[in-house]
Amino acid sequence: MKKYIAKRILISVLTLFIIVFVLFVLIRIMPGDPFPVERMSAEMILQKREELGLNKPILVQFADYMSLLASGSFGNGTSLYNGAPIKPILMACLWNSFKIGVISILFGTAVGLAIGIVAALNRGKFLDGFCTLVSILGVCIPSYVFMIFLQYFFSYKIPFFPYFFDPLNFMASSIMPALSLSLFAISTIARFTRNEMIEVMNSDYVKLAEAKGLYGFELIRKHVLRNALIPIVTVIAPLVVSLLTGAMVIEKIYGINGVGKLMVDAIAGQGVDYNYVLALSIVFSALYIGAMLVLDILYGIIDPRIRLAKKEG
Amino acid sequence: MYAPEKADFEFISDRDITVDENFASQGYWKGVAVHFFRNKFAVTGLILVTVIILFALFAPVVSNYAYDEIVAITDSSGKEITAKSLSPQFAGDGAQNFSDRTFLFGTDDMGRDLWTRTWQGARVSLIIAFVAIFIDMLIGTSYGLISGYFGGVVDNVLQRFIEIAGSIPTLVIISILAIFMEKGIGLVIASLLITEWIGMSKIARAECLKLKEREYVLASRTLGAGSFHIIFKQILPNTIGPIITQVMFSIPVAIFTEAFLSFVGVGIVLPQCSIGSLIEAGFNNITILPYQILPPICVLAILMLGFNLIGDGFREALAPKLEDM
Repeated sequence: MKKYIAKRILISVLTLFIIVFVLFVLIRIMPGDPFPVERMSAEMILQKREELGLNKPILVQFADYMSLLASGSFGNGTSLYNGAPIKPILMACLWNSFKIGVISILFGTAVGLAIGIVAALNRGKFLDGFCTLVSILGVCIPSYVFMIFLQYFFSYKIPFFPYFFDPLNFMASSIMPALSLSLFAISTIARFTRNEMIEVMNSDYVKLAEAKGLYGFELIRKHVLRNALIPIVTVIAPLVVSLLTGAMVIEKIYGINGVGKLMVDAIAGQGVDYNYVLALSIVFSALYIGAMLVLDILYGIIDPRIRLAKKEG
Repeated sequence: MYAPEKADFEFISDRDITVDENFASQGYWKGVAVHFFRNKFAVTGLILVTVIILFALFAPVVSNYAYDEIVAITDSSGKEITAKSLSPQFAGDGAQNFSDRTFLFGTDDMGRDLWTRTWQGARVSLIIAFVAIFIDMLIGTSYGLISGYFGGVVDNVLQRFIEIAGSIPTLVIISILAIFMEKGIGLVIASLLITEWIGMSKIARAECLKLKEREYVLASRTLGAGSFHIIFKQILPNTIGPIITQVMFSIPVAIFTEAFLSFVGVGIVLPQCSIGSLIEAGFNNITILPYQILPPICVLAILMLGFNLIGDGFREALAPKLEDM
């Protein structure tokens, strides 16, 4: 198991390194100048390029950037926030996004599991239909549309929640974005849980357990849920990704100072800020690869068969 | 050496072959079609998608207004004004009596007819989705089949590449593209091309690994067929089912990605329109003109639902469970 984890970590770090390199090169070879050509003279641009080290060979620039990263800094921005250091701004935004993201993943997983289990236990009855309805809604309504509706009805028509995100009133203002972000998670997890549970409940070993006289909660917990949970862990990884994308729009709608909004500002604002795009891309990739790694290891812990197979292989 | 001629062979009729007429065998695709059309949900999905496609095809053509036309109307005092921000009205509705013009979904804040724009937007979104996913299908399928068929070093290299490409979040790819390219349809299609082929290739590879061990492939190779003949003439036709299923699930993803990109502001630019840009425009005016956002959202939801239902139905029709037979 230790060897397996070590190998997985090594592969993840290597992948991340390659991605950072590719992103860095892509951004450096980009056509055009990062400076406003109409407002700066040719000499000034040359001087600025020299100052920022943009005239060095690209590999040297990359080495410089890596040592910058290793010292825990992302350098300075070029146009956003007047070229202030990126790290404190990024960290503040990341923290805002993280809080809402964690709430919505936890809420989504819990509610999704509950709905899925209830639906599987009441297969073909009213509650099962409710589960189907929820999963259909989650599939065909993007989270931001749900957010728009929530904002319109519960902030504008009935001013119950703040209309825009208010960091001082975190509890009240994080409910709507977290709820709309978790809609997709709820629907996916509910559908998966239901199908997996039904499959496990029809399996021979559960029938055997029933025949031996096990019933009710014990049966569900010990035999059904534990085996049904394994595939559910796999759907959480794509959910983390869709959460990133969803958060980007929801932060724009609700005015949350998060990483998604920062990214939109960096790419769709007046001037593209290359350093912010690079820093954010690295953070997103690291988050994503980290999430995959954790889930992979979790997978091995939940299912001993995988752990054993990996050990042999 | 004696060379056999046609006259040496005798045709012994097919009199001994009996065909079971009560339970006649079905062709593969006929069986799939029968199962598909027996599924209520799949048929509902098909109807929903067809209706939207028909409207997207014909509504902008037969409409009285062009999608980017700023409509002028005469108000009650006989003055010419632009038809800005009119709420939906129907023929004979006296509430806003501006001559004989009808705007089924109202007009936007520039004075363009939202009925025409909604269907034009649906058209643009569908075109983007179909074009991008079609190219993805070509790339992904070829990549997966080649990787699966040759195995060994080729497979190893190709799969490591996919592993790395697949661990870059879509959002990062889109952001990098957004600074490389002009905003617009091209950007949306490019980001779909880069991200969506990976899933397709994984499915093609898995199918290929299964099929390449079959006897007919061995027979073909024994007869001297080249690798590419086997891959594209022998194996490809047998992987079409799962690939089409994947396409059906990719199309809503593509429509959703377009809506997302345009909403964030790196997608379709005005006066062009798409589902995403219409939702964005509607969102900007939601407190004053809430009716503007409804048509594009409904079209989006119906398309997502429809394609997902078709995909589900297709998957079930390809691998029918015993209890459904």
